[in-house]
Amino acid sequence: MAFEGLADRLQNTIKKIKGKGKVTEQDVKEMTREVRLALLEADVNFKVVKDFIKKIKERAIGEEVMESLTPGQQVIKVVQEELTNLMGGDESKIAVADKSPTVIMMVGLQGAGKTTTTGKLANLLRKKYNRKPLLAAADVYRPAAIDQLETLGKQLDMPVYSEGTDANPVDIASKAVEHAKEEHLDYVLIDTAGRLHVDNELMDELIQIKQNVNPDEVFLVVDSMTGQDAVNVAESFNEQLDVSGVVLTKLDGDTRGGAALSIKAVTEKPIKFAGMGEKLDEIEVFHPERMASRILGMGDVLSLIEKAQENVDENKAKELEEKMRSASFTLDDFLEQMGQMKNMGPLDELVDMIPGANKMKGLKNVDFDEKQITHVEAIIQSMTSKERQDPSVINAGRRKRIARGSGRSVSEVNRLLKQFEEMKKMMKQMTNTQQGKKGKKGKKSKGFNFPFM
Amino acid sequence: MSFLKKLKDKFQATDQQEEVSDKYKEGLSKTRKSFSEKINDLVARYRKVDEDFFEDLEEVLIAADVGVTTVMELIEELEMEVKRQNIKDTNEVKQVISEKLVEIYQGNDDGSEETSLNIQKDDLTVILFVGVNGVGKTTTIGKLAHQLKSEGKDVLLTAGDTFRAGAIEQLSEWGKRAGVDVIKHSEGSDPAAVIYDGIQAAKSRNADVLLCDTAGRLQNKVNLMNELAKVKRVIEREVPNAPHEVLLVLDATTGQNALSQAKTFSQATDVSGIVLTKLDGTAKGGIVLAIRNELGTPVKLVGLGEKITDLQAFDPNAFVYGLFADLLEEE
Ligand SMILES: Nc1nc2c(ncn2[C@@H]2O[C@H](COP(=O)(O)OP(=O)(O)OP(=O)(O)O)[C@@H](O)[C@H]2O)c(=O)[nH]1
Ligand SMILES: Nc1nc2c(ncn2[C@@H]2O[C@H](COP(=O)(O)OP(=O)(O)OP(=O)(O)O)[C@@H](O)[C@H]2O)c(=O)[nH]1
Ligand SMILES: [Mg+2]
Ligand SMILES: [Mg+2]
Repeated sequence: MAFEGLADRLQNTIKKIKGKGKVTEQDVKEMTREVRLALLEADVNFKVVKDFIKKIKERAIGEEVMESLTPGQQVIKVVQEELTNLMGGDESKIAVADKSPTVIMMVGLQGAGKTTTTGKLANLLRKKYNRKPLLAAADVYRPAAIDQLETLGKQLDMPVYSEGTDANPVDIASKAVEHAKEEHLDYVLIDTAGRLHVDNELMDELIQIKQNVNPDEVFLVVDSMTGQDAVNVAESFNEQLDVSGVVLTKLDGDTRGGAALSIKAVTEKPIKFAGMGEKLDEIEVFHPERMASRILGMGDVLSLIEKAQENVDENKAKELEEKMRSASFTLDDFLEQMGQMKNMGPLDELVDMIPGANKMKGLKNVDFDEKQITHVEAIIQSMTSKERQDPSVINAGRRKRIARGSGRSVSEVNRLLKQFEEMKKMMKQMTNTQQGKKGKKGKKSKGFNFPFM
Repeated sequence: MSFLKKLKDKFQATDQQEEVSDKYKEGLSKTRKSFSEKINDLVARYRKVDEDFFEDLEEVLIAADVGVTTVMELIEELEMEVKRQNIKDTNEVKQVISEKLVEIYQGNDDGSEETSLNIQKDDLTVILFVGVNGVGKTTTIGKLAHQLKSEGKDVLLTAGDTFRAGAIEQLSEWGKRAGVDVIKHSEGSDPAAVIYDGIQAAKSRNADVLLCDTAGRLQNKVNLMNELAKVKRVIEREVPNAPHEVLLVLDATTGQNALSQAKTFSQATDVSGIVLTKLDGTAKGGIVLAIRNELGTPVKLVGLGEKITDLQAFDPNAFVYGLFADLLEEE
């Protein structure tokens, strides 16, 4: 069936191997076949998949997998590593021009999310980098496109440069940059109309805008639900405009998002940001390792859930699911989860199954031994219930008090809080992808009960 | 007479149909070309029907977003058919491929019944548009309003997207272009309340058709899906047997997620038909095959551009004919 994760897919092969206790070349072949299907179901372009499988096969047939005790896990690990490599490192930086203003041009197909992302980036630039952006309304074609951008400008309380729908987009862009100079605004974000990559006339318009304003960034905005055509779109936009980066939108949905891999493979341009919702603060730095897990169906999360399910009672799991979805997961829940986790068996093994856990900031340095858990428990128990419900109130003074109360250091308290934030983010992503599985036959009870801590 | 000949004859029966298929061929020329080019490529490359042949055929279909599950089923059936008929030559297998694809598109009947919109003769017809963000709901409403109006219908629009910036203005602009009125509230108001007002206005003006826009929403957002179900309940309560159509708008560039969209939106709102937009791009639209195959939901309309006239009724025959025109003409 569609939308099975890789872990699901590998179940049968793994079972067979377990019986034999030895991995043959045939087994590896079967496993790479499953990897291929998983990637195709995730909408990775078939050509990209082909090249990728070749690489995986080489590594998998090597000793790494053949002699491993857990070949299934090992294959997933190899795949995920290669996938993460292919998708590149974190590159969320936005260019800064030597001479103000810095100009950013947004391009892409119709409905990809350009206008919304323009607003989000402007918001981010101000909030995180203390910049003063100008939004430029260069979409004169789509009905009410200018109204849309102006509304966003109003919501953000930011200036919007527009000349109505009779003006020429090339002129609008140039004049917006002039206007920014006069007003001492240091970023100009140009929203352009959606267009097909094969529409020569309109692509030409973008080329002209680019020549005129000489942008520091050209962001290609792509809908993460895009299918096999993503390669054509990305290749074509990149060839004609030499884009500087990609923004992947609508990742708050339950798509696997294989398009990310396709785009990266054909353009070799970094995916810089991920759109995670319709609101103007719902943009995140793109994380290649999370994306790799997502494309694979969250790596081993499913088996982790299975394992957890044997230990967690159904109602509690439901409750937790609800909490994760509404992002109201608190430190109290965290504490409770840890208790349950203690019943689950060796922690190292569990943590290893969390996709990307070894690469995640915050989790990386944590030694998951039982002692550590006791320390964490002590820290949380030293918090007031208000602090547990809403950790954002925990200021420096409170941190000191908690450290004293638990007999741990302030830096340990800090680390725990950071880790918790990181985990919440991860959960948000996971519940998004897991939700797509809801309603599938026989899988009802599975889902988001994910008490890994 | 061969199956494909029959199909071709069916098409050329009347001038009107000829026109339809031409428009399709034009809109789908990219689809058709790359698709049939690829099949022809295959045929030229392989003299023999063997494992390699099927492997590459599988790729061609996957590249068209048909979906792995559907493709695998299809290939299996083809392999069986080829064996049964003892086909050795790839030229012959071409025909079997065409027949199979047509079969999936059409289902059991000829499909003409279920692709036309359910428009009431004398009473008010209410059509609800649903779908994920940015697929083309609002644009399709504008196009359909224009089409229905030129058929002499009295059309009214209602701006049920009270969330997205500029959504109300966008629908208003389409209303202006189509020359029909738009019932609207201010941004941020309750969508169900706007739809309710739309219905009351349609009733008091004796309008023929009410087209209801809704905000785009991703199908995994439970609250938003509930909100949509509520909007539908309001329509059900206010107009007997309404909504007469719940149209799910799908973007042809969407990959496998379109299946999940179709499933979840159907659960929440009983989708009665699909509008497949942006087929004027290079996306192959093969997802229609998968959806037809797995869910049976009929495609009713096709979006072929951003102009008010770029909307066509989905005609499965024309669609398939468009895809395979080159192959047919070679016969
Ligand atoms: N859920 C979700 N919706 C998004 C995201 N980004 C954009 N959208 C929505 O997608 C739809 C299209 O977004 P726009 O910003 O209008 O897209 P655009 O590329 O400017 O569209 P055109 O100008 O028509 O080509 C809107 O409903 C947005 O609210 C995202 O990250 N998540
Ligand atoms: N090329 C092409 N573009 C289309 C087609 N249909 C819609 N569009 C474009 O797609 C973009 C999004 O269309 P909308 O009608 O705003 O989509 P929507 O589903 O109402 O979007 P939200 O309300 O934001 O969820 C616009 O730029 C439209 O012009 C089509 O058939 N072909
Ligand atoms: Mg826009
Ligand atoms: Mg809309």
